[in-house]
Amino acid sequence: MKLLPRLLASAALAAGLALPAAAQDPFTVGFVYIGTPGDYGWTYEHDQGRLAVEEHFGDAVDTVFVENVPEGPDAERVMTQMILNGADMVFTTSFGYGEATNAVAGNFPDVYFEHATGYLREHPNVSTYSARFYEGRAVLGHIAGQMTESNIVGYIASYPIPEVIRGINSAFLHAREVNPDVEFRVVWAYTWFDPAVEADAAQALIDAGADVIMQHTDSTAPQAVAQEAGIISFGQASDMIQFAPLPRVASIIDNWAPYYIRRVGEAMEGTWEQADTWEGIDTGMVVIGEMTDAIPAELRASAQAMIDAMAAGEYHPFTGPINRQDGTAWLAEGEIADDGTLAGMNFYVEGMTGEIPN
Amino acid sequence: MIRLEKRPQPSQGWVIGGPILAVVLTMIAGGVMFAALGSDPLEAIRIIFWDPLFSERFASYSRPQLLVKAGPLILIAIGLSLGFRAGIWNIGAEGQYIVGAICGAGFGLAFYPSESPLIFPGMVLAGLLGGFLWSMIPALLKVYARTNEILVSLLLVYVAEAMLASAATGWLRNPEGSGFPGSRNLSRHPGTNNPELIDGTGMHWGVLAAFIAVIAAYVLMNRHILGYQIKLAGQAPRAARFGGVSPARLVLLCMGASGALAGAAGLFEVSGPAGQITIDFNVGYGFTAIIVAFLGRLNPIGILLAGMLMALTFIGGELAQLMLGLPAPSIQAFQGMLLFFLLALDVLANYRVKWGREAAA
Repeated sequence: MKLLPRLLASAALAAGLALPAAAQDPFTVGFVYIGTPGDYGWTYEHDQGRLAVEEHFGDAVDTVFVENVPEGPDAERVMTQMILNGADMVFTTSFGYGEATNAVAGNFPDVYFEHATGYLREHPNVSTYSARFYEGRAVLGHIAGQMTESNIVGYIASYPIPEVIRGINSAFLHAREVNPDVEFRVVWAYTWFDPAVEADAAQALIDAGADVIMQHTDSTAPQAVAQEAGIISFGQASDMIQFAPLPRVASIIDNWAPYYIRRVGEAMEGTWEQADTWEGIDTGMVVIGEMTDAIPAELRASAQAMIDAMAAGEYHPFTGPINRQDGTAWLAEGEIADDGTLAGMNFYVEGMTGEIPN
Repeated sequence: MIRLEKRPQPSQGWVIGGPILAVVLTMIAGGVMFAALGSDPLEAIRIIFWDPLFSERFASYSRPQLLVKAGPLILIAIGLSLGFRAGIWNIGAEGQYIVGAICGAGFGLAFYPSESPLIFPGMVLAGLLGGFLWSMIPALLKVYARTNEILVSLLLVYVAEAMLASAATGWLRNPEGSGFPGSRNLSRHPGTNNPELIDGTGMHWGVLAAFIAVIAAYVLMNRHILGYQIKLAGQAPRAARFGGVSPARLVLLCMGASGALAGAAGLFEVSGPAGQITIDFNVGYGFTAIIVAFLGRLNPIGILLAGMLMALTFIGGELAQLMLGLPAPSIQAFQGMLLFFLLALDVLANYRVKWGREAAA
């Protein structure tokens, strides 16, 4: 990495030469996407955030993006080229970009970096941000628990990592709360986005008796399978409203736009500071998409009450008493899970069947 | 009427001129596509082919990156080309790449936090061995159970991917990574890192290994009896058998060599540019290398050039996305055109185009 000084020198030279023009130059924000905005899921929502930034700041901000960027050295190269091409701020929108983001951030101390769903902040110009998706999953679990007639909820999980396990636990706890007989069947797809695999997983769960499907993968393929089978599903990452009112009865939306607008504004004003942001329903980073008429009015009302309670900070989805799957105590009566445990969650809660693969 | 007549010898002119014409045709067809997408075609072509190499703003960064990207492609493609010349189709280099990376990284991490200079050579051996053993599964099955090596080696890629996910989220996970998937960083730990050998060149051990492999393959194919046997087995399998070439031995040799080189490529990548084992560590080098091998006409020097060209279109393609907002699939289509024209023009090297009716045979 010792080509840096040379690189920086030449970048500085270029900047210096361009100084008179730079005064009117728009602030350039780059986005690195793991998928394509056309996934109508994870990347789509990040791109909505990018478009919101463009709309909010108008001519003062330029945005660029590169899609389908593999994690690892390719991401490092894409970021560097973005910056050499004038980016002042870079949003890297997948967990796997963590090492690359920090490596590049070390090379360009004057560029602001925002890494989604990560934890590495090795340089003062790197922030991480994520959403408390588990709050949304609690609401979906609440709905799923009451809507299921077979008492089997199918769950398409991506990888056995804390983020995903936390979501399963949150959904399960709130399904059990309203339906003591409900069981979760989890299929590990080992992918974030693969319509064929996701469709197969959905079909396997339906064959196993599930009449409600939840997904922690990004494509709409499970929605299509659910539609065919006449069962219920929930939109993931983005609204997936095209599958409403059935099978999609509600959705969990990642709403990055307010955060992106805020952070870009701070960077432009020079008030940007390193942060580890983890926001949920209260700030609108997690939104529950329209609950359709397929859900009974009473259930819609109780789900809305739950949303309101979380928005007001009166309810935390992981409030004791909660035991671990093996029966040992985790949270005492009234105790609320701390963020550290949640961030590294690698166990199921009591009542979950099956094992987390390793 | 147009018809093709097989040349007794491939035309030397077309062997060299074909690829150049293919690049030109790709630029024209790609330019039409870029224009249809609303971009200036000349600018797009310039950004893809010229800017990574010569633009003042990017070149000092992009040129070394070219080697970083081309290194694993060349190393894997060289291995694959041996088998392809002999009619042995290892399609599973991606899996061997993964297993090599896991074995090499596992070896290095087993001794963590030791910084002994013996660790990296051990990791290289473990990587070679991992890829070799993974390729032996389809090879032995082909020799002893007559299975199809194309299918077996391809399906083993998916097995390797599952092992990778399990390693990244389980047994190789960084104990200090607060439960997140991914191993410790190998490239930032002395002893397990595969560093840039000369500052600012992008040259690491893997790139060096790729160059050595090119030379070794060239010597093997042109100066060694084994190279002759490989070519013979590919062109005239029956003659090869009568000539005393053991098909089983060739299968094991070719599969083993390509597996070992793919495994080494994985190790060099995981200990260098990638830095760690992650769920999605493999990014398709093993598959792209198949294209590189054919793009280079299974010739070591050709593969060297093809690997660099492929890397150039990757890096230039990213620049085109950035600067012109071209969609990523259009870049892939552009790469596809390149392969299409090359293979299409390949026909001209081996066949003569004749007008009119075929003479009575």
